[in-house]
Amino acid sequence: MLAVEMKGINKTFGLVKANQDVHFCLEQGEIHALLGENGAGKTTLMRILYGLYKADDGEIFINGQKVAISSPKEAIGAGVGMVTQHFTLVPTLTVAENIVLGYTSGLLLSHKDIEKSVADASEKYGVDVDPSAIVKNLSVGERQRVEILKALYRNARILIMDEPTAVLVPQEVDVLFESLTRLVKAGLSVIFISHKLIEVMAVCDRITVLRDGKITSTVKKSDTNQIELAKMMVGRETFGIKRQPSKTIGNAIYELSGITLEGKHGRKILDGISFSVATSEILGIAGVSGNGQGELTHVLTGLLKPTSGSIKIDGKEISLLSPGEISDAGVGRTPEDRHEGTIGDLTVSENLALENLTDFTKNGFVDQKKINESAKEKIKEFQIKASPNDQLRKLSGGNMQKVVLARALSRKPKVLIASQPTRGLDVGATEYVRKRLLEEKERGTAIVLLSEDLDEVLALADRIAVIYEGCIKGIVPAAEATPEKIGLLMAGAS
Amino acid sequence: MVKFKIERAAAPFWTKTLIPIVAVLVTFLITSILIIIAKANPFAAYYHLLIEPLSSRFSLLEVLVKSTPLILTGIAVAVAFTSGYFNIGAEGQLYAGAIAAAWVGSTFVNLPAIVVIPLMMILGFLAGIIWALIPALLKIKLKVDEVVTTLLMNSIMVYVVSWLLNGVWRNPETGAQQSPEFFEAARYVKLAARSRLHLGLIVALVVVAIVYILIKKTPLGLKMRAIGASKVGAQFAGINVNRTMLIAALVSGGIAGLAGVGEIAGIHYHLINELSNGYGYTGIIAATLGGLNPIGVLVAALFIGLIGTGSLNVSMALRVPVYLGDIVQSTLLLVTLAMLLLQNYRIKRI
Repeated sequence: MLAVEMKGINKTFGLVKANQDVHFCLEQGEIHALLGENGAGKTTLMRILYGLYKADDGEIFINGQKVAISSPKEAIGAGVGMVTQHFTLVPTLTVAENIVLGYTSGLLLSHKDIEKSVADASEKYGVDVDPSAIVKNLSVGERQRVEILKALYRNARILIMDEPTAVLVPQEVDVLFESLTRLVKAGLSVIFISHKLIEVMAVCDRITVLRDGKITSTVKKSDTNQIELAKMMVGRETFGIKRQPSKTIGNAIYELSGITLEGKHGRKILDGISFSVATSEILGIAGVSGNGQGELTHVLTGLLKPTSGSIKIDGKEISLLSPGEISDAGVGRTPEDRHEGTIGDLTVSENLALENLTDFTKNGFVDQKKINESAKEKIKEFQIKASPNDQLRKLSGGNMQKVVLARALSRKPKVLIASQPTRGLDVGATEYVRKRLLEEKERGTAIVLLSEDLDEVLALADRIAVIYEGCIKGIVPAAEATPEKIGLLMAGAS
Repeated sequence: MVKFKIERAAAPFWTKTLIPIVAVLVTFLITSILIIIAKANPFAAYYHLLIEPLSSRFSLLEVLVKSTPLILTGIAVAVAFTSGYFNIGAEGQLYAGAIAAAWVGSTFVNLPAIVVIPLMMILGFLAGIIWALIPALLKIKLKVDEVVTTLLMNSIMVYVVSWLLNGVWRNPETGAQQSPEFFEAARYVKLAARSRLHLGLIVALVVVAIVYILIKKTPLGLKMRAIGASKVGAQFAGINVNRTMLIAALVSGGIAGLAGVGEIAGIHYHLINELSNGYGYTGIIAATLGGLNPIGVLVAALFIGLIGTGSLNVSMALRVPVYLGDIVQSTLLLVTLAMLLLQNYRIKRI
C-alpha cells in the first residue's frame, strides 16, 4: 500500500501552470526526493498535500484512502507533517511548550508533564532535543529537530521536508540525514524537497524529477547517476539560443577576490568568491536560488559589508565603501528586489534623481524642473509607461525595473551589477531589459549578471560562473556551456 | 453560501478626501452613547464642542492659544516620523526648551527684547536638541529603539523640572514651586488686546512654513522622506541614513523646545510643573491626523485646539465631565487611524 498517492494534480496561479497532471507516489518507509529547479512546482505540490493550497483538480490518497485535505490541521490529522525552511516555532517558549502548543487539554499546563512527554517522544523517535531549553537559544539544526519532533509528536507518519539543508551547516546536515535514515527504518515515510544532487543521491531511495510543473520521471537511486539527474532537471538538449560572437572583450576592470561573508553561528554565506569582469564583457552568475546570490548582490551594491576579501574597480578598493560611494566610484547598481532598491511612496522622478541628488540641487533647493525634465527624457529613452509624478508603487514590475535600470545607467557606470533583472517581468519587458544590457556591454560596460534564469544567463553572458552554497563552483566560457556542465555545477555535483 | 474575503488593495484616491468627514460622523455616533449616558443631548454637546468656540472673539482667540503649542509639537513629531524616527519625546524636549527660556527670561534683565527674545528661542531650540540627542545617538550607534528611549527621557525630564523647582528655582519667600518671574522684555508680545494670544503663534506658523519648504523642496527633505518610506531603498540609493536621521531627530527636538519657549514666554512667565498639558503627546496625535504633512498638521492642531476649548464649554453648559473632550479627541484619532488602515483593503465576494 502506498503511503501517499497524488493523481492528476493540476494547479494554476494566474497564467502559470505550477502543477500539470502530476502523478506522485510515496511508498511506505522510503525517503523520496522531489528534485527540480526553482519554480518547477515541487513546493506547490507539497503545499497541496499539506492543505496549504487547494488543487484545481486531482485526487489524493493517503494509505490507500481517498482524502480531501483543505487545511494543515486536516493534513496533520491524516498523519502528514511538514517542516518548512522557515521554522514556525515561538522563540521565547521552551522546546516542550512549542511541541505541545495547540495540542493540550484542560486549563492547567504542567511543565513537568509536558517536558516528560516530550522527553519520552524524543527518546522514542531518537530525535535528540532538550525539552526545557528556550527555542531562541537553539542553533538552526536544533530548531529543525524540534520541528521534526513536533510533527512526530502529532503522529505524523509521512514527513515533508522542504529543502531542509538550505539553512544548515555541513555537520548539521550529517546529523539530519542520520536521524532521517533511523526514522524511516522505524516506519516513517519522508518526502525530501531538494535541488541538490549530492544530497539526493546520499539519502534518498527514489527520486521524482519535476520540470515546469510536470513530472519528468521517477527513478530509483540505484538506476541513475548525477549526470542523468541533472539532465532531467534542466531538461534542455540544446539551449536553443544562438548568440552573437562577442565583440573584443577588453581588460579586467572589476575584480573580486576571496569575498567571504559570515552569517550567524559563523556559517559562511559567501565563501571566498573570486572573479573578474572585463570591459565589454558580461559575466553571468547562475545558480539555484538561495545559494548566496542575494547576499552577493548586497555585497556588490554596498548594502552588506563582506567579512573579508576585496572588490576593486580600476584597482581601487571599494568593498567597504557605502552604497553612495560605490555608485560614485563608477558602479551602476540594480537591486535583486526592485522593491527593496526603490522607494514606492516617492514619485518616479524622485526615484530617478535620488542616487545623484547633488546634480539636481540649485541654491540649496531641489531643482524640481530639472528632475522632471530628466525624468521625461529617461521615460522616453527607456519606454517607461508612467509620468514623472506618478507614485512609483503604482507602476508595473516591468516599468519599475526600467526605472531601476534607467537610474543605474544614467551615471554612465563603468561596471553594472544587474541582479535578477527580468524576474517577474512579462515577455516584452524582459526582451527590452536584455537588449539594454547588451547595448550597455557594447558601450564598454563590464556587467555582472546574477540570474536564476539559466536561459537568460546563457543568452547574454560571455562567461558563466555557477554559484553553489556561497562558492563559485566553476567559470565556463559561453561557448563551452552545455546543459550537463551547468546543470551539474548548479546542483553541486561532485 | 456566499463567501467574502478581504484582500489588500488600495482604495480609489478620492476616498481619502472623505476620511475627515466620515471620521467625524463615526466619532459622533460612537461618543453620542457616552454623552447620552452622561445625561446630555449629543447634538447640544456637539454644538458646544465644535461650533460655539468659533462664535465669539474671545473663545476663537483661545482656540488659537491652545493650538499654538500643538502646532509646534505636531510639526516636531511630523519631522521625525517623516524620516522614520519615532520621536515620542516631544514632551520632554518641550520642557528642555522651557527650562532654557526660564533661565534667559529671568537672568538677562538689562537686554532689550530684540536681543533677549531671539536668544531665548535659540537657546530653547538648542535645549530641545540636547534632550533629543541622547536617544538619537543610541538609535544610530547602537540601534536602541527610540520609541522606548525618547519616552523614558520624558519621565526623566519630569524629575529634572521638579528638582529645579524644589531647588535653585524655589521661591525663597513663598516656597512656591516656580522659577523667577520673567522680566518684561523677555515676554512674548500679545497679538491681540484682551486675549492671551501671543507671538508664539507667529513662531509656530513660521516653523510650519520652514518645515514645509524643508520637507517638500530641499534635498535634505527628499532624503528624509525617502528614509521614512524605505530605509533600505534610501540606503541603496546612497543616502547616508544615519546622518539624515540624526538631523531629523535633532530638528524635531529643537522645534519641540520652541513649543516650551512659547508656553513659558507667552503665557505663564515662569516655569511650573504643569507647564505642558501633555502637548508633547497630543502633538503625536496632531502629526498623525495631519498625515505628517505640515499643512495637515497645522489644520489638525487647530482642530484639536478647538475640541480642547469646546470641551470646557460642553462641561460648563451641560454639566458633563470635561474629560468628554479628551474622549472625543482620542476616539477621533482611533477612528481616523482605523480608516487610514482600512483604506488599504477591500472586501471581495468569492
